[in-house]
Amino acid sequence: MIVIEGRAWLAGDDLDTDQILHGRYLSVTDPQELAIHCCEDIRPDLRERVEPGDILLAGENLGCGSSREHAVLSLRALGISCIVAKSFARIFFRNCINLGLPALECPAAVAEAEDGDRFRVVLQEGKVINRTKRRSYEAAPIPGFLARILAAGGLENYVRQLLAESGSPQRR
Amino acid sequence: MGMTLGEAILARASGRTPVSPGDLVQARVDLVLGNDVTMPLAIEAFRRMGAKQVFDRDRVVLVCDHFAPAPTVQAAAQLKLMRQFAQEQELTNYYEVGSGLAGVEHALLPEEGLILPGTLVVGADSHTITYGAFGAFGCGFGSSDVAAAMALGEVWLRVPPTTKLVYRGQIRPWVSAKDLILHTLGRLTSRGAIYQALEFAGPVIEGLSVEGRLTLCNMAVEAGAKVGLVTPDHKVFDYLASRSSASVEPVFGDSEARYLRTVDIQVDDLEPQVALPPSPDRVVPVSRVAGLHIDAVIIGSCTNGRIEDLRSAAQLLEGRHVAQEVRAIIIPATQRIYLQALEEGLVKIFLQAGAAVSVPTCGPCFGGHMGLLTAGERAVSTTNRNFIGRMGDPQSEVYLASPAVAAASAVRGRITLPEEVL
Repeated sequence: MIVIEGRAWLAGDDLDTDQILHGRYLSVTDPQELAIHCCEDIRPDLRERVEPGDILLAGENLGCGSSREHAVLSLRALGISCIVAKSFARIFFRNCINLGLPALECPAAVAEAEDGDRFRVVLQEGKVINRTKRRSYEAAPIPGFLARILAAGGLENYVRQLLAESGSPQRR
Repeated sequence: MGMTLGEAILARASGRTPVSPGDLVQARVDLVLGNDVTMPLAIEAFRRMGAKQVFDRDRVVLVCDHFAPAPTVQAAAQLKLMRQFAQEQELTNYYEVGSGLAGVEHALLPEEGLILPGTLVVGADSHTITYGAFGAFGCGFGSSDVAAAMALGEVWLRVPPTTKLVYRGQIRPWVSAKDLILHTLGRLTSRGAIYQALEFAGPVIEGLSVEGRLTLCNMAVEAGAKVGLVTPDHKVFDYLASRSSASVEPVFGDSEARYLRTVDIQVDDLEPQVALPPSPDRVVPVSRVAGLHIDAVIIGSCTNGRIEDLRSAAQLLEGRHVAQEVRAIIIPATQRIYLQALEEGLVKIFLQAGAAVSVPTCGPCFGGHMGLLTAGERAVSTTNRNFIGRMGDPQSEVYLASPAVAAASAVRGRITLPEEVL
């Protein structure tokens, strides 16, 4: 059973991928280097404050804009271990799951949280608990198939297992 | 049961009929695409998956357009990675700026006859949605999904519900496809079509050229849409006839198709539009902000870098000059377009007007290179996003508009309507 525990860091609505990881850094692929620039224009404090286990709480349409995985990589390398948002932009949501970063939709949890609140997320049960405020919430369940990708640790692992079992398809 | 165009394409791609909104399908991919920002990550993931060969060397397309030509040593290393992968996999379609008929991916692929109606195009770039203009299911994904698609030739998708947008009326002079999509974004908002398919229909859309439709569908993603479609017609088939020898097997929606909702858009009173920073959905008529001083103008990108866009800009710039306090950069989106612009005398018009004419590249659009903004600067741009810091400093501003509005504004040094300059 996966339990994530840490502090919550808040972001507003429509946090776009340019804010999370600016275009000027897109030649960089090393996650540790990307982490340095994560949200650097809007929340430069995150670099010092985020610890592994911490959670990003965001409003509507999180991750709108570009398809860049660099945005998710930078958050993950920073130490963000789970993302809870009111709603997600579709590519960003897929990227989170594919990179093994749990992403849950839970508007109520976001609405009632404050920066620094201590959270516990029980992933398989979809339970989001604000320990500081003593409130418990239910997140929208991640579809079974996506949960399997997450359980494998991301799409790379999932496909590697798939290929190892069945072998590569024939070229057309 | 009736299916929309989007549903019908996914039904064909997944071998399941019918499909309904909400269904999870495993679909065969017709084309996989990536650029120099997204492909290096995809290549790494591909290797770590243990994949050795792409599923089909004719159907994986690599385009070096973002940090091309390389502005840094790091970017040059990424381009080298792309080149090596393309060679190793013997890819049929590899493009690099400065090496043949290359350019910005979403202007290049239609030009190369690679986008066919009825197909599923998986791209590691959010503006893959552009290809909906040809009735193709063009959809943006991250590098991991694209790596899996390269290895397996498949992708999973949730079938989106479709919102139909019907455009009626007479377009006024200087109102273009860019103005139509900006107006639409203003009405839908940036969250108005999350996870949806948008279908652009009506006589106004049928009246758009192929290039106009590409501009229109390009920005559907800014409303959160998964795909933005126009039913293919003779204009698309004629365009493809001279560019592709592949047999075109278009897919169409049924008359009994069910839509999430239908929105009627009357265009008779529509003026040229502009999206105010910091969002593509903060749209107002240009007249509302006319007179605002600007420092830079960018004309180009996968949104508005095609020959019709350059002709439109040239109409405003011919015999005139870029205002002294403005720097204008014009970027033909592909080598072919550049060549055609040269032959039509447009490049000369631009240069004589004092504008800079750049190699085909994405460059400034995403804040990469080739004309960024510092704090306090304001640009009018024909690109597709104007989030905070999009083109450089977080304290710079980007106003999104059509090529005609951008060119008129370059002449005056302020946000200007085209008819005021002529």
